[in-house]
Amino acid sequence: MIRVALPYHLRNLARVGEEVEVAVNGPVTQRSVLDALESRYPVLCGTIREHGTARRRAYLRFFACAEDLSHEPPDALLPDAVASGDEPFMIIGAISGG
Amino acid sequence: MSGVRLLVGTRKGAFTISADAARKTWSISGPHFAGWEIYHMKGSPADPNRIYASQSSNWFGQVVQRSNDGGQTWEPVDNKFAYDGATGTHQWYDGTPHPWEFKRVWHFEPSLDNPDVAYAGVEDAALFRTTDGGASWHEMAALRNHSTGNRWTPGAGGMGLHTILLDPTNPERMYVAISAAGAFRTDDGGASWKPINHGLVSKYIPDPTAEVGHCVHRIAMHRENPGTLYMQKHWDVMRTDDAGDNWREVSGNLPTDFGFVIDVHAHEPETIYVVPIKSDSEHFPMDGRLSVYRSKTGGDDWEALSKGLPERDCYVNVLRDAMTVDALDSCGVYFGTTGGQMYGSADGGDTWMTIAEHLPAVLSVEVQTLR
Repeated sequence: MIRVALPYHLRNLARVGEEVEVAVNGPVTQRSVLDALESRYPVLCGTIREHGTARRRAYLRFFACAEDLSHEPPDALLPDAVASGDEPFMIIGAISGG
Repeated sequence: MSGVRLLVGTRKGAFTISADAARKTWSISGPHFAGWEIYHMKGSPADPNRIYASQSSNWFGQVVQRSNDGGQTWEPVDNKFAYDGATGTHQWYDGTPHPWEFKRVWHFEPSLDNPDVAYAGVEDAALFRTTDGGASWHEMAALRNHSTGNRWTPGAGGMGLHTILLDPTNPERMYVAISAAGAFRTDDGGASWKPINHGLVSKYIPDPTAEVGHCVHRIAMHRENPGTLYMQKHWDVMRTDDAGDNWREVSGNLPTDFGFVIDVHAHEPETIYVVPIKSDSEHFPMDGRLSVYRSKTGGDDWEALSKGLPERDCYVNVLRDAMTVDALDSCGVYFGTTGGQMYGSADGGDTWMTIAEHLPAVLSVEVQTLR
């Protein structure tokens, strides 16, 4: 299972804890993980990736294994530690005040 | 027992505020959706337990919430607002063509007789409709595809469709207003639209009497007289008596005719309310004194109503969707400020009370009259 860490507001929206687990068949990529996440929690559709374009929302970042993967291609393989479930795929809201 | 329920959208969540018919003691519930911007909430006239809420965030985009129990519990419904067909372009701030991009829902207008039908006014300006209680939204694309659409321009706050008025005597007739395109009317259920801006004069656009381009802030209607509309424009308070075909200025003796809100008394179609704001450069009341102005003659002749409102050092704004009236025998009037205050009057504006003092900045206020 793939571990996905969600930011506070998306946890509340999906009514889940800090981390959720999703099953991915095939290559573990940003796209396949987010597809699985949105399939299990449809309320998250449009909140991480834009409807239509499927682009990452501008103020969100994707981290894993101490790396910023936000600008990696959506079909690039995620680190082995994410695929094995040892490390979470982290969805982070950009820091901002106000 | 009769009473009222205020639906208050703020920069940091939603609040419901309730009172019995006396409207002296208020109970605040919230924040709902804490930390999110709630641009607007509105209940169905056909079923007051059905409420639609626009929840949005610069981080996470648009969410639509629906309540079936008067705001006690909520469920997210469809948040996909896809423009129908080729989106084309409108005019950007620098005059260049810019593609339509959905940003948020500014306003919900539930149907007058079916709680599963509602309209959504969105930024970039377009009109959507649901017929299944928010499970899906579909664009009424004839508005955006109007021949003037490529000349519509955003105001400083964005190009939002913020006003939707349904004619209670004619289900085929509807009015909308867009900043900064102007007002439009359909007489065929949305199949076609007509700009209704004749008589508006806006010195801040190249042609002050242009067909479109006017920054209409708000339009209000009384259900017993739906052919008469009142408008708070960027500057100027306006009135039409022929369903928008011709407008005339009724600013009269207002100390300033800049402002955002306008509303009509529930039982007196010629009694209207505005909150004058100093200017387009200084969005706060004149002289730091917050006053509602009322006209009992449909405009031109205005009186200040300030008993119970701050008389000094008040530098808040009242945004376009942040005033409403209830339908109790003694009409209640309510408004919220960018300073987080909620004010109300249970006597048509003669006297005011503070309902809440420390909310986040108020974006919208609607009231439900519960009987």
